[in-house]
Amino acid sequence: MSSGINWFKFSSPASFYPLAKKLAVGFGTLAVVFCAVGLYIGFFMAPTDHQQGESYRIIFIHVPAAWMSMFIYLVMAFWAGMGLAFNTRLSGMMASALAPTGAMFTFIALWTGSLWGKPTWGTWWVWDARLTSELILLFLYFGFLALQAAIDDPRRADRAGAVLALVGVVNVPIIYFSVKWWNTLHQGASVSLSSAPTMATTMLIGMLVMVFGFWFYSIAAVLMRARCIMLERERNSEWAAQYLESGA
Amino acid sequence: MLETAVFVIRRDLLLAMRRRSDVLTVLLFFVIVVSLFPLGVGPEPALLRTIAPGVIWVAALLASMLALSRVFAQDYADGTLEQMLLSASPLSVIVAGKVLAHWLMTGLPLVLLAPVLALQFDVPQNFLGELMLSLLLGTPALSLIGTIGAALTLGLRGGGALVALLVLPLYIPVLIIGAGALDAAAAGLGAGAHLLLLGAFLVMAAAFAPWVAAVALRIALE
Repeated sequence: MSSGINWFKFSSPASFYPLAKKLAVGFGTLAVVFCAVGLYIGFFMAPTDHQQGESYRIIFIHVPAAWMSMFIYLVMAFWAGMGLAFNTRLSGMMASALAPTGAMFTFIALWTGSLWGKPTWGTWWVWDARLTSELILLFLYFGFLALQAAIDDPRRADRAGAVLALVGVVNVPIIYFSVKWWNTLHQGASVSLSSAPTMATTMLIGMLVMVFGFWFYSIAAVLMRARCIMLERERNSEWAAQYLESGA
Repeated sequence: MLETAVFVIRRDLLLAMRRRSDVLTVLLFFVIVVSLFPLGVGPEPALLRTIAPGVIWVAALLASMLALSRVFAQDYADGTLEQMLLSASPLSVIVAGKVLAHWLMTGLPLVLLAPVLALQFDVPQNFLGELMLSLLLGTPALSLIGTIGAALTLGLRGGGALVALLVLPLYIPVLIIGAGALDAAAAGLGAGAHLLLLGAFLVMAAAFAPWVAAVALRIALE
């Protein structure tokens, strides 16, 4: 590359590894600060909801987790596509590093959702379109993790996982709309999240701060995991040996 | 290109006909799974009529998934698959031929058998056409999507259960639309919209799945 920024400089694990550490520490600190502030606003400053009482406060965790669960799948598919297109080692590592965090947020979203559903809807679970598609998203994450775990050769694991993630991301909208349609057709539970009353400003601010907190947490956690994967896979390379000797 | 596909289909059908018991096993699995449900939920005709589309579709889904390992496993074991990868004909055409042959051996018998099983569930006779049509459009789509899973897991340990984990979430739209066709027909809405959607899904799967499976095969065998 003759001029401008070398976009591929950090696509090599050797140069990305130290950067990842700095970024992970920075974003980790930000995550702690934002989550602490967000939780404080959520649990102490935000007013009690006159319809749902105190139980609504779970949205400060539930909504950001649900957003992250979907967004991380997209990011994972993006890295998967990059890995297949440019054949960069780091892309596959990023995709595998993202999957556990995404699965965790999907699980948290489902879990907190049912904790909220019990006092509000009177049931732990309804076959609502959003709940069902979130559950299927969790299955997609599990499929990706299981496929990668079953393949010993990391190159094949990356590429096979990438194909699966891309097939999954094409299917996500189809699944969402078919589930939504199925739900309206069957018309079981008649609860709707979309008709919720408008939120108070403090609630909205608390939620947005939590969203940023979860974002930063995801970046930090993923980079830390990517660092482990890098070191594990490149343990025979020169830079890894140097790093391990220096003990930094 | 067409010649290649026809050749692959004929070859796979011939191989399958020489081991007929494999084909029959899948079919019997389908029959047994469907027959288990009345034993589990009780024999009330009204209940059985309600669950019939779902039960038949889920059983067809499982049966078609069970048969997936055979799409490539034999050719992988005896080295034929590597020759296919080296062949001058495009791999996706070969894969498409294999999927079609696989569907003819495992999907089509399910479609033909489904009305008989539906009668056991007291499904009105005038809906049997919709049931068969929905399966006729849906099962090839299942085979196509499943082939991607079969190619990805080729030669891996724990293949069968792994394929289930990869493929079943992707089957969900077909299940919803397919089983919905019969529900809609029973509700007097007509199954047209569902069948068209299934057809659209099938066309999309037919266009992309052989190509994706070919990519997955190259990854598995590189």
